[in-house]
Amino acid sequence: MSGYLAGIIAILSINVIFAYGIFLAVASGQLNLGGAGFQAVGAYAAGWLSANLGLPVALTLLAGAVVAGLVGVALAFPILRTRGVYLVLATFAFAEVVAGLILNTDALGGAMGMSVPGYVEWQVPMIGAVVVALLVFYLMTTRFGLTMRAIHDDEDVSDLMGVSIRNVKVAAFGVGAALAGLSGAFYAHNFGYIEAQGFNAMVSIYVLLYVLLGGTQTAWGPLVGAAFFTLLPEILREVLPAAKEVVVTLFGGVPDGSRPDESWRFVILGVLAVAFMAIRPEGLITRTMVERLSFRRRTAPGMKEATE
Amino acid sequence: MSGPILKLENLSKAFGAVQVIDDVSFEVPRGARMALIGPNGAGKTTIFNLMSGTYAPDRGRVIFDGRDITDLPSRKRIGLGLARSFQNIRLMPHLSVVENVMLGQQSRAGSLGAMLSPLGARSRWRRQAEALLADMNIDTYPGEVVATLPYGIRKKIEVVRALAAQPKLLMLDEPAAGLNPSETAALRDFLVQISEGGTTILIVEHDMGLVRSLCDRAVVLNFGRLIYDGSTRDVQKDPQVLEAYLGSRHAGEGVHA
Ligand SMILES: Nc1ncnc2c1ncn2[C@@H]1O[C@H](COP(=O)(O)OP(=O)(O)OP(=O)(O)O)[C@@H](O)[C@H]1O
Ligand SMILES: [Mg+2]
Repeated sequence: MSGYLAGIIAILSINVIFAYGIFLAVASGQLNLGGAGFQAVGAYAAGWLSANLGLPVALTLLAGAVVAGLVGVALAFPILRTRGVYLVLATFAFAEVVAGLILNTDALGGAMGMSVPGYVEWQVPMIGAVVVALLVFYLMTTRFGLTMRAIHDDEDVSDLMGVSIRNVKVAAFGVGAALAGLSGAFYAHNFGYIEAQGFNAMVSIYVLLYVLLGGTQTAWGPLVGAAFFTLLPEILREVLPAAKEVVVTLFGGVPDGSRPDESWRFVILGVLAVAFMAIRPEGLITRTMVERLSFRRRTAPGMKEATE
Repeated sequence: MSGPILKLENLSKAFGAVQVIDDVSFEVPRGARMALIGPNGAGKTTIFNLMSGTYAPDRGRVIFDGRDITDLPSRKRIGLGLARSFQNIRLMPHLSVVENVMLGQQSRAGSLGAMLSPLGARSRWRRQAEALLADMNIDTYPGEVVATLPYGIRKKIEVVRALAAQPKLLMLDEPAAGLNPSETAALRDFLVQISEGGTTILIVEHDMGLVRSLCDRAVVLNFGRLIYDGSTRDVQKDPQVLEAYLGSRHAGEGVHA
């Protein structure tokens, strides 16, 4: 397999795991804009254990998830008291604190970053992504998933129905943080080098966008969102130069064969994000859509007619 | 256990300067079908909110099944057997019909094992919810979220969701509002059937026809005060009740309905 394709599959897998981590928080009504913080905790936990203690990758991956999960649970309790924009700000501030701590910790390489031994090839994060996707799909079929969605819809009535809002929210946020940490650990071992700048605010914003634009009602949402927005820039990378030539020719110019500015990819990404929100405010994949599709399949022609 | 299933003792609640509930005491006998009526704004829904723990009373106690639950967190009350429906539909819009009903079972299914087992087609929780819906002649509308369903159907699902908790006391806040006469008659028969199964019913309802045919006892609130506590047969002859309704803008809605 070409290095290019291997790289894309690796980053796609990492983004899918990352998106599922944020999805669990968002699906239970907690907008988590601190994704990069949890990813960094997982990446640095795995990287440090690998570089300093020489632990095997299987253990450092696990450790990345566990450490980030514990940090997530610790953060989830104070965050329970915040709502809406304050919740977003609190999680965002957390990620900034993590980045600041890493930059000022020599043992983690500070601003120089850190080399991570124990290289894993693309197959490893891919298997990780499949396992995580199956886990989240499973969780969403359980009563835990049902209560998460109920809390997302109406917290007060969920409480009156006997749902422990605190337990469900903390569990969802904590497991989500662990998945974000796991994605960071995969990243560390696949890229072999981590630095605080790699876990900046844009990373948190993008992953939250994947989830919101993909849809927060079903486990399909983050999968589709992460895949779409990871692959789109790569497709644009191919398509844009050709498109530029067409546009230049249309306006009577002579194509000079130069590549368009990279920033165009982000402009298109931004336009798409706004369009998505206008056209499908509940995300690309909604619950009704999945239900309709699977219902149609169950009662497809050729199958026995339903009795009523 | 004997004694009333519910006892309200000198409940008072003010919102700002407005005394919404003023020293209200009454009892709901075990197994009764009792109505809580009164003109708009009398405080009926507020009584429900005080019972379910949405609000804490300024004074007074709520005794349920012999236990003082005044300070019990709202979440724990449904598990004791106190379930309610809401006047303004409060179903979860993004859940399906069956999922909403399964949410109503939560007080019986909060253990870690129950939380982590799937609610697929073979789950006993799902089958129970479907059976309950079938009892009430409600289609499960597979593939639909409740947000898209007609008002009358959502109103009925509210009742079924409360029932899914298998409560001892079922509190219904205007369950017939927006139902047509045949739907109301069906609701009445269904509630009688539930009542015969041993569930106590406390119902807030403006439809006096339904109240009279369903309930033997009624308490009447006006401006947060209890003005009547007795049989439904005589309620419309009571001078204070008549005055409460006729003095209100909504006179026609209540007594003559
Ligand atoms: N949270 C609140 N804050 C302020 N005032 C409130 C609140 N809840 C209820 N009230 C007021 O308390 C009074 C009683 O309201 P409540 O909803 O209990 O009446 P009700 O008897 O259920 O009326 P209806 O028949 O219209 O449903 C009303 O005047 C209402 O405006
Ligand atoms: Mg009311």
